[in-house]
Amino acid sequence: MLVKGVTEVDSDPPYLYPDYRSTVLRAPVREPVRLPEGWFHHLPGPVYGRIPVRPEDADLTRQHKGEPLGERIIITGRILDSDGRPVRDTLVEVWQANASGRYVDVSDDHPAPLDPNFTGAGRCLTDGEGHYRFVTVKPGAYPWRNQENAWRPAHVHFSLFGPTLSSRLVTQMYFPGDPLMHHDPILTSIPDPRGRELLVAKLDLEATVPEWALGYRWDIVLRGRGATPVET
Amino acid sequence: MTTPTPSQTVGPFFGFAMPFADDSNALPPHAHDALRIEGQVLDGEGAPVSDALLEAWHGELFARSRTDEEGAFHFTVRKPAAEHRSAPYLNLTVFARGLLRHLSTRIYFPDEGDANRSDPVLQLVEPERRQTLIAQAGGDTLHFDVRLQGDGETVFFAV
Repeated sequence: MLVKGVTEVDSDPPYLYPDYRSTVLRAPVREPVRLPEGWFHHLPGPVYGRIPVRPEDADLTRQHKGEPLGERIIITGRILDSDGRPVRDTLVEVWQANASGRYVDVSDDHPAPLDPNFTGAGRCLTDGEGHYRFVTVKPGAYPWRNQENAWRPAHVHFSLFGPTLSSRLVTQMYFPGDPLMHHDPILTSIPDPRGRELLVAKLDLEATVPEWALGYRWDIVLRGRGATPVET
Repeated sequence: MTTPTPSQTVGPFFGFAMPFADDSNALPPHAHDALRIEGQVLDGEGAPVSDALLEAWHGELFARSRTDEEGAFHFTVRKPAAEHRSAPYLNLTVFARGLLRHLSTRIYFPDEGDANRSDPVLQLVEPERRQTLIAQAGGDTLHFDVRLQGDGETVFFAV
């Protein structure tokens, strides 16, 4: 049974978005099969006992002998479900480019310098109220080959699990005021500008540590029990 | 109700952060009930997708694997027990560059013919597409390909 004319949540991007060229041969053409309510949404997700999380994993500036170059920042916020309840003890993974806009990943050939003091990968578990906090450096913008003179705005990748299969989320956090955001088809694939805004962190002086690091706040909402697909 | 945070692609550069070493084994490969599942991720032209991340999960069982240059992945899992009226299955989640949202599908088992025939989820799928959800037996290993688009496109579920 195929269900037509159904969108999941209107802030999510479509699978096919030709301005982002890699979608053209990878987006499924067939409508996804919808399972009746309750068959899929509430299945408990896995437990991550095998994935080690150490306190130092949340500080990306202290994973090497020296300090990385770049603007030291703090990224913090809460993970909530769509009914506003905190998502506790859930794994948060982040990865990013260094301050020059270069990833450690072997497949990144952008001719910007690697930083021997920065890997750019971190993880933590949320606390009892759903809070997470990372210390890192602000990633640089970098070019990609999607279109002529294409540059990605500065961003940090986030991977989150939450309590169920439907709460799984991989997304990207952007920085306020970045003029590249308007030119980025990955971000503008989100049809509703209010949806795009949900991916932009806010400068937060309360999260800032004076004379040490600027703070950014970014809250994340995972699909929870109350969040079901919307018929349109 | 608050709007959920939108999804964005995992991009091409996640490999140094995820998965960790040994993440593809949900249990030791030599465990008595260990089951190896391997397969390939293919795009709309049948070309290997060499930068996908796949997660197999069921209850507390979890494994993840990145595809290689041939688009190939593998997991060591165990076959979950059947539940209620359902045939045994694993959830499979697919992330990749070019997927602005991840894809969700299921791996069913080829030696469960009767259970598969009466499985309520498989019955929601058009009969000619059901075989995209059933792994193929091959010696000690099961084979399950993921075709993102086009001929033989894998059935994906709205989550």
